[in-house]
Amino acid sequence: MTGVPATWYLLLSAALFCIGAAGALTRRNGITIFLSIELMLNSVNLSIVAYARIASASGSLLASLDGKVLVLFVLAVAAAEAAVGLALFIAVYRNRREIDINRLNLMRW
Amino acid sequence: MSVALAAMLAKIGLWVAVLLAVTPVMAWVERRGSAMIQDRLGPNRVGPLGLLQALADAVKFLFKEDLTPSAADKPLYYLAPALAVVPALTTFVVLPFGPEIEVGGETVKLLVADVESGVLLFLALASLGVYTLVLAGYSSNNKYSLLGSVRAAAQMISYELALTLSVVAALVPVGSFRLDEVVLYQVEGTWLGFLPHWNVFPQFLGFLIFLVAAFAETNRLPFDLPEAESELVAGYHTEYSSMKFALFFMGEYMAMATLSALAATLFFGGWHFPGIDYTGHWAIVALKGFSVLFAKVAAFMLLFVWVRWTFPRFRFDQLLRLGWKVLLPLAILNLVVIAALTIGGVL
Amino acid sequence: MEIVVFLLFALLALASAVVVVSHRNPVYSVMSLVVTLLSLAALFVLLGAPLLAALQVLVYTGAILVLFLFVIMLLNVGRETPSGGTGRGQKIGALVTAAAFGLVVISLLWGRFVGIEMPALTVEYVALKPLARTLLSKYLLVFEMAGLLLLAAVIAATVLARKVGKSRGETV
Repeated sequence: MTGVPATWYLLLSAALFCIGAAGALTRRNGITIFLSIELMLNSVNLSIVAYARIASASGSLLASLDGKVLVLFVLAVAAAEAAVGLALFIAVYRNRREIDINRLNLMRW
Repeated sequence: MSVALAAMLAKIGLWVAVLLAVTPVMAWVERRGSAMIQDRLGPNRVGPLGLLQALADAVKFLFKEDLTPSAADKPLYYLAPALAVVPALTTFVVLPFGPEIEVGGETVKLLVADVESGVLLFLALASLGVYTLVLAGYSSNNKYSLLGSVRAAAQMISYELALTLSVVAALVPVGSFRLDEVVLYQVEGTWLGFLPHWNVFPQFLGFLIFLVAAFAETNRLPFDLPEAESELVAGYHTEYSSMKFALFFMGEYMAMATLSALAATLFFGGWHFPGIDYTGHWAIVALKGFSVLFAKVAAFMLLFVWVRWTFPRFRFDQLLRLGWKVLLPLAILNLVVIAALTIGGVL
Repeated sequence: MEIVVFLLFALLALASAVVVVSHRNPVYSVMSLVVTLLSLAALFVLLGAPLLAALQVLVYTGAILVLFLFVIMLLNVGRETPSGGTGRGQKIGALVTAAAFGLVVISLLWGRFVGIEMPALTVEYVALKPLARTLLSKYLLVFEMAGLLLLAAVIAATVLARKVGKSRGETV
C-alpha cells in the first residue's frame, strides 16, 4: 500500500488558504468575507494535523500530540470568533440595513 | 465471502430495514394512540385493526401531485428532504445491539463501526439534522417556512448543549466514548443490591435533561415550534407535498428511533436485561440482544407519542428560556456532581 | 487506496472552496463550506485524528455554520449585486494572493518535506487517552483560558446583538 506523500497535504492546505484569502480580499458581502476567513482557518488546521503526523515519525509521541491539541484550540477560538463576529453583523445591520463592507466607511478618515 | 464482511453487511441491513420500517409502524401507532388518548377510534378500516393504513398512506404519498413553488430556490428545495433521512441513516453505526459473539471461529462485535470516539460520532452526525429544516424553510420562499426554520436553528443549537452535557455525564463513570463499553459498565453488579446497574438510577437528573432535550431536538410536541400548525401553517415543510413531505416525516420518526436507542444504551443498559442468559448459539444471543434493545426503543417511542398528545405546545420565548436558563445550568451541575462522585469512588 | 480517498476528498474540498468564495448567494456559500469541512474531516481521519474529525463536524458544521445560516436568514442577506467592473483594490488583492500561492508552492516543492512518506499510523498515535492527558496536563492553563475566552465571547455576543432600548436612543 502506498501512502500519500506529505507534500500533497501541505499543497492542498496552501491552495485552500489562498482560495480563502482571495475571497476575503475580493468580496464585498460581509458574510462571504467571514466565510472565507473560516475557510482559511480550516486550511491551517489541515496543515497542522499533517505536520503532527509527520512529527510522529520522530518517535516522540508527545511532539505529535502538540499539533492535535493546537487544532482543538483553533476550534475553540473559531467558535468564539464566529459568535462575536456574527453579533457584530447583527449590530451593524440594525443600524445600516446592509452589510456591504464597501459602504461601511463611517470610521474612515 | 469472509465472516467479517458478511457480518458487517448483515448488521447494516438489519438496521436499515428496521429504521425504514419504523415510519409506517409509528404512523399507525401515533394515529391509533392519539385516538385512544382522545377517546376516538382512529383509522380502523384498512386491514385488521387498521394495520394496513400505513400501506394506504404510502400509496397515497406516491400518487399525490408533487408541487414545487415557482419562486423556490430549486437546488436547495430538492436537497432539503434528501438530507432529512441522512442523520438517522448514519448515526446507528455506533449503537451496539448485543454482546460479542463467536461466528465460525471469529469474534464479531454487534455494532457496525467500532470506533474509539463512538458517541462523539453519533452527536456529530446527528447535529447535521438542522440543515434539513433550515434549508427547507429558506428555499421554500414562504414567510411561514422561513419563520419555522429560524426557530429550528435557534432551538436545535440551544438544546444540543444540554443534550451533549447530559451524554457526557453518563460517560464519566464509564471512562470511554465507546457505547459497547457503556453497556458493559451497566451489565456488571447492581445498585443497592437489587436495582440493575443502569445509569438511570444514579443519574436520573441527567436522564431527564437528555429526554427533554431529545424532544426538542426531534421537534416533537411540546417543542414542535418549527412546525407549529396553529401559528405557522406547517412551518418549514409548508410547501412540500408527496414523497418530499414523506421524507421529512420519515426523518422525524427515524431520528426519534436513533435517539431512543441512544437513551436506552446510555441510561437503561442497552441490549442487556437482568435475568436473560446471553450464552449459547450466536444467532440466539444476537436475537436476544436485539429484541431487548428493540423493546426499550419501543417503550421510548410510546412515551414520545403519549407526551405528544398530552402536553400543550410551549411558546418560543418559554422554550429558549427553558433551554438556556434551566436545562443548561442543571446539565452543568449534573456533570460536576457526577464527576465528583466518580472521583470520590461512589459510582 | 489511501491515495484514491485522499484525491477524492481533496478535489471535493477544492471545488467546494471555490464555490464558497465565488457564489453570489451566501446560503450557497455556507452549504459549500459544509462540504469543504466534511471533506477536511475525512482527511483528518486519513491522517489518524478521528477525534478531531468528529469535533470538526460537531463544532464547525453542527454549530458555527448553522449560526451563519441563522444570521443570514435573520438579516435576509440577499444576493450580492454586481458592482460593474472590479475595483483596483480587488485586483491587487487577487494578484497578491496568486503571488503568495506561487511562493508557497515553490517553497513546498523544493522544501524539506519533499519525498517524505507519511509515517505509518500507530495505535498510540490514534488513541484518545494520550491526547486527553496532554490537553489536561501540559496545556491545562491554555485549556482554562480557552474556556474563559468562550465565556467572554458569549457575553460579548449577547451585549452586541441585544436590541438597544428606545430610552437610550436609537443610534449607537
